[in-house]
Amino acid sequence: MTSQAAVAPPRALQHHFDSLEQQRDVATLGMWIFLVTEALFFGGLFTAYLVYRSMYPHAFAVASEHTLIALGAANTAILITSSLTMALAVHAAQEGNQKSIIRFLVFTFLLGTAFLVLKGVEYTVDMRDHLLPGANFAIAGANPGHAEIFFSLYFIMTGLHAIHMIVGLSLLVVIMYMTSKGRFSKEYHAPVEVMGLYWHFVDIIWIFLFPLLYLIDRHK
Amino acid sequence: MTTAVLPRENYLNTDYRLRSWLLTTDHKRICILYLLTITMFFAIGGAFATMIRLSLVNPAGTLVSDETYNKLFTMHGIIMVFFFLVPSIPATLGNFLIPMMIGAKDVAFPKLNLASWYIFVTGGCFTLWALISGGVDTGWTFYTPFSTLSSNTNVSLAAIGIFIAGFASILTGLNFMVTIHRMRAPGMTWFRMPLFLWSMYATSLIMVLGTPVLAITLLLVAAERVLHLGIFDPSRGGDPVLFQHLFWFYSHPAVYIMIVPGMGVTSELIAAFSRKRIFGYEFVAFASLAIAVLGFLVWGHHLFVAGLSIYSAMVFSLLSYLVAIPSAIKVFNWTATLYKGSVSYATPMLYAFGFIWMFTIGGLTGLFLAALGLDVHVHDTYFVIAHFHYIMVGGAIMGYLGGLHYWWPKMTGRLYPEGWAKLGALTIFLGFNLTFFPQFILGYMGMPRRYHVYPPEFQALNVLSSAGASVLGIGYLIPLVYLLWSLKYGPIAGDNPWGAKGLEWTTTSPPPTHNFAVTPIVTEPAYNYAGEQEESRVG
Repeated sequence: MTSQAAVAPPRALQHHFDSLEQQRDVATLGMWIFLVTEALFFGGLFTAYLVYRSMYPHAFAVASEHTLIALGAANTAILITSSLTMALAVHAAQEGNQKSIIRFLVFTFLLGTAFLVLKGVEYTVDMRDHLLPGANFAIAGANPGHAEIFFSLYFIMTGLHAIHMIVGLSLLVVIMYMTSKGRFSKEYHAPVEVMGLYWHFVDIIWIFLFPLLYLIDRHK
Repeated sequence: MTTAVLPRENYLNTDYRLRSWLLTTDHKRICILYLLTITMFFAIGGAFATMIRLSLVNPAGTLVSDETYNKLFTMHGIIMVFFFLVPSIPATLGNFLIPMMIGAKDVAFPKLNLASWYIFVTGGCFTLWALISGGVDTGWTFYTPFSTLSSNTNVSLAAIGIFIAGFASILTGLNFMVTIHRMRAPGMTWFRMPLFLWSMYATSLIMVLGTPVLAITLLLVAAERVLHLGIFDPSRGGDPVLFQHLFWFYSHPAVYIMIVPGMGVTSELIAAFSRKRIFGYEFVAFASLAIAVLGFLVWGHHLFVAGLSIYSAMVFSLLSYLVAIPSAIKVFNWTATLYKGSVSYATPMLYAFGFIWMFTIGGLTGLFLAALGLDVHVHDTYFVIAHFHYIMVGGAIMGYLGGLHYWWPKMTGRLYPEGWAKLGALTIFLGFNLTFFPQFILGYMGMPRRYHVYPPEFQALNVLSSAGASVLGIGYLIPLVYLLWSLKYGPIAGDNPWGAKGLEWTTTSPPPTHNFAVTPIVTEPAYNYAGEQEESRVG
């Protein structure tokens, strides 16, 4: 309770807010609403997926077996771990521990990059196996048109997810920079928290994508 | 009577350099940026409409080729819907008024607000590019598989333009929602807010929930064209009707993005010019939210002839009828407000009356279209065209112009010439009805939309409609001229020329950059016109 806030407005306070608390509330609510729009953005794709999977269950099951489950599973583990390190970074921010914030953000950044590298490897193998929709698409044991729809959705959904990961990584760099400049304190660290919300959301999208795309009919 | 002078320092004269406009984060200046941009788009969309109406004077359709006609109605729809109507009231009046009405210095995210404008302009440039480099011929609805397989025009470019502009809409909605939630001045409770704010909140909700689905849908169309995917291609197992579902999941609620803000403006105008609190304030407020929510449950009524099962068609029909309830609540409550009010017929009030009249016609004919049997008869005819123009032009643009006149003195510090303004309002009202009422009859007689060659027996009504369109065109030019004139020669308005209630009238006209000298503290409900005597009694 010995903060200097009572004397002059804190440096981080933007002109149109009354208090840092209001500024933090605004940032958090803004991010939550943004995530709702993201959920609907992916929601259109999930709808398309559900419609076509119910129309062509056999082709979807066969096509799904051509995805690389080992890489997909490894990436799932990597992303869940990155959510842990992100949560630890937010915790460090709440404690006001600058060094820990940066350390955990770096871990998160490395895990996110590892995810993208593995995804890149996976795409390369997919293309080599003629799974990229288009003139070279070929698959055994299923209607090629229907399986092609599966892989169109696979590439669009995982591709948009990867774009969100790239945006997340760029934001991580910005937050690391802000942390290194000493912008955050125990009293004010809203950007770290908001970053965390975004990161967890992108992870959750993957948590849905993984079973829907990789695990159909794998129980055999 | 005081001699009014313009305030020495206001948001317009703090800095005259171009830079200070292009990099502004002031919500009022951003309103002006949007105002200029959408006026330009309105002119472009209007030019296409002029060509359409000119062509339809002659049943042989000899003015333009078939291909050109297809492009004309497509570009008219795309420009007017996505680049004029959707941003119209929210991005201009909403931007200007939301912070002022709640007693805040700015919106919650001022930089994001400016970014939204740039995103909007970028999307607009893409679409204009698509237009200049050959146009689009799919209709504004981009129906598959025509848009993905057959059309040889700039579909991808236009879709990407709308995709980009959609994010401007999403971010504006997000900004407004957070602003209304978190930036209200002390004492400004939800139920003390002017009804315009409730309508903006409902509109923002639709923008935030609907636009992302349109974005992904148009992205799929563009991806399908560029990468030759088969998601909407029936010959490879794709389902073109899925596109219609996804498209209308946004585009039906989008109709309410256009009309609900007009309802908000009308509530303000009716209260101010009948000197009364809006009858049943809470009902009108919740009716806005109800329209926003119900709007998401009725998209299927666009698919009655697209192979929807009879049971889902019945459910969609029933749900569509439900929208009539909150709409009717609003209309009845506005008229009830007039009862024993001290009604004056200033120009904004004329627009409000025009809004109620045309929204009622547009709304009631909407019920015809929600009826399963009748819709099959009038589907894709001029009846549909007339219906949605009554909502989107008769309703939304009347609301927009009414609001623009009402808050013009606040935005510019000057009054418009009342006589010319009344003439303009009357011309628009007559021109509009002359243009679109004959189209109801044409549609009912069976004239399909999107055709420019038609049987000669439809010519009389088409000529009537085109004649109306020229009156309407002149009607729109009148305000353009006198509003520009008023910027220099209009009488100084003073802080509150209408004697209206609301925080925006307590500050100077034009307001200073941070809106209020001191943050206001709100102690009374909205539209407290009867409260003055009571207040003095309470002391």
